[in-house]
Amino acid sequence: MTPSTISRHMVAWAQAAPMALVFLAFFLVPLALVVMVSFWDYNDYAMIPTFSGRGYTESFEGCLTRLPEACTMLKTYGQTLKFCAMVWAITLVVGFTVAYFLAFHVKSVTWQIALSLVCTIPFWTSNVIRMIAWIPLLGRNGLINKTLVGLHIVDKPIEWLLYSQFSVVLALVHLFTFFMVIPIFNSMIRIDKSLIEAAYDAGASGWQTLWTVIVPLCKPGIVIGSIFVVTIVMGDFVTIGVMGGQQIASAGKVVETHLNALQFPVAAANAVILLGVTLMIIAAMSKLVDVRKEL
Amino acid sequence: MGHPAALELVDLTRRYGPVVAVAGIDLKIPAGTYCCLLGPSGCGKTTTLRMIAGHESVTEGDIVLGGANVTGLEPARRGTAMMFQSYALFPHLDVIDNVSFALRMRGVDKKTRHTRARELLDLVDMSPYADRLPSQLSGGQQQRVALARALITEPQILLLDEPLSALDPFLRVKMRAELKRLQRELGITFIHVTHGQEEAMALADLVVLMNGGRIEQQGSPRDVFNAPRTEFVARFMGGHNVVETPTGKIAIRSDLTRLVRGDGPRPAFVRAIEYQGPHVHVAVTTADGVEHLAMVPEAVFDRDPLEPGAVVSIDWDEAAAHTLA
Repeated sequence: MTPSTISRHMVAWAQAAPMALVFLAFFLVPLALVVMVSFWDYNDYAMIPTFSGRGYTESFEGCLTRLPEACTMLKTYGQTLKFCAMVWAITLVVGFTVAYFLAFHVKSVTWQIALSLVCTIPFWTSNVIRMIAWIPLLGRNGLINKTLVGLHIVDKPIEWLLYSQFSVVLALVHLFTFFMVIPIFNSMIRIDKSLIEAAYDAGASGWQTLWTVIVPLCKPGIVIGSIFVVTIVMGDFVTIGVMGGQQIASAGKVVETHLNALQFPVAAANAVILLGVTLMIIAAMSKLVDVRKEL
Repeated sequence: MGHPAALELVDLTRRYGPVVAVAGIDLKIPAGTYCCLLGPSGCGKTTTLRMIAGHESVTEGDIVLGGANVTGLEPARRGTAMMFQSYALFPHLDVIDNVSFALRMRGVDKKTRHTRARELLDLVDMSPYADRLPSQLSGGQQQRVALARALITEPQILLLDEPLSALDPFLRVKMRAELKRLQRELGITFIHVTHGQEEAMALADLVVLMNGGRIEQQGSPRDVFNAPRTEFVARFMGGHNVVETPTGKIAIRSDLTRLVRGDGPRPAFVRAIEYQGPHVHVAVTTADGVEHLAMVPEAVFDRDPLEPGAVVSIDWDEAAAHTLA
């Protein structure tokens, strides 16, 4: 190696180093510790640093013995995956539609940028304020119920508007549609407009063009957006907690409950299980498309 | 292939707000013609092509194809097919699916449409590449695939938007011959937009030279080249010297322009000499600063070789002079 290539290598390493160090110190090391603690033993008030699978066995307690009835673990994951699927489906449809509007109906770049920024409005306030803001709208005596009762559409306030699965999904969709819009928009904007003309020239209807040209070419954006939404929803416990009135179980919530009870090995074991499940979902989605092509 | 049909444009106009892109052109293209729409950029040739294709709305006027007014019809129902400048192949579909795309849209089953697509791939010598993706093909190969894709609907007219502009010069000449061969074999009309007069002359049965949204002149390449109607035509087609005379401007072909050594009625001095094989290009500048080019046959040049700075007189036979409008 000549001195110039050596120095070029040094520069490359130096450029990557800050992020790599942060990643190492604040992600990989803690993650390794979590995995380690998940295999520790524990009693009611302390953890014991000896190898044990108790964290895992107790998490899965009753999963085999109580069949065909689902154990707590399966129920919780069933609930979490259900939220995940609902939020994913809704954000996908809404996100795709919004991206389509931005990419194909908005002609000027200035307006495209301006309207994309409008999509970021939910992020202008903190998570907590955003969720509290739903209460005057969806609550028992909230705006919607008052209006419906006032118009005599319903006799008494609708209970399921707040602290319900509905409000959880609503809040999650509201927060995360943006994560779908941007990657899909990014894929869409790269589609050569003459492809759409070529499809039209070949006699394709609007729907045919959508299904045979636009959707296949947006696949990378759809997968990236889906990864964002799925990973966030899988790990969420704050939104589900607040919007579900602390009554709805989720995989993230289980970890938090054990943490609050200072049962670190069980909490760590649950965190590792959640990580494993999420990684499997991402691996399955990445199989569908080569995401690297998009980066 | 589709039945050849004549195309007629009647007072065809396209305006964008106050800007007139195509200003009421009338044009008849007989069935089975190789027609080149020629002109500088912004002359309205591409807009005209896109209106014929149905990808651009018509402000005024009519497009009549084979006796039917197709002005308001969607592209696929006109009997035209377009080959796009950048080919516009679908990057996610392999060659055979690209070619059979139009049949798939019509609901033709996979086996039938692939059989038909293979026939067309044979026609353009691309059969071995049926399973490739467009990104795995060279520019020339992509163009053949785009041609096959456009032809699968059996159009009466094939519309080509600057089809050769993305190719290197060697390939351009090769594909040019191929386009002409295909047009002859299929017997349908090709309408080919280009800004290269050489390309138009090599290919066209009918050259339509456009400028500023209007047709400046139309006819066979020979007619247009030998009898330019205006100074614009003479200059755009090239190979002419435009000379100011007391009775008006005239055009003289460069190869019929003679240079006589010594002072005379039209004096000029030799500025540059380029040897071009059969001809020697002699660039001269007149006393008024106007530049002319004489293409002198090699043998004639050798009899009395001129040198830069030499004083000459420009001359021509009366028969070679062509009065411009």
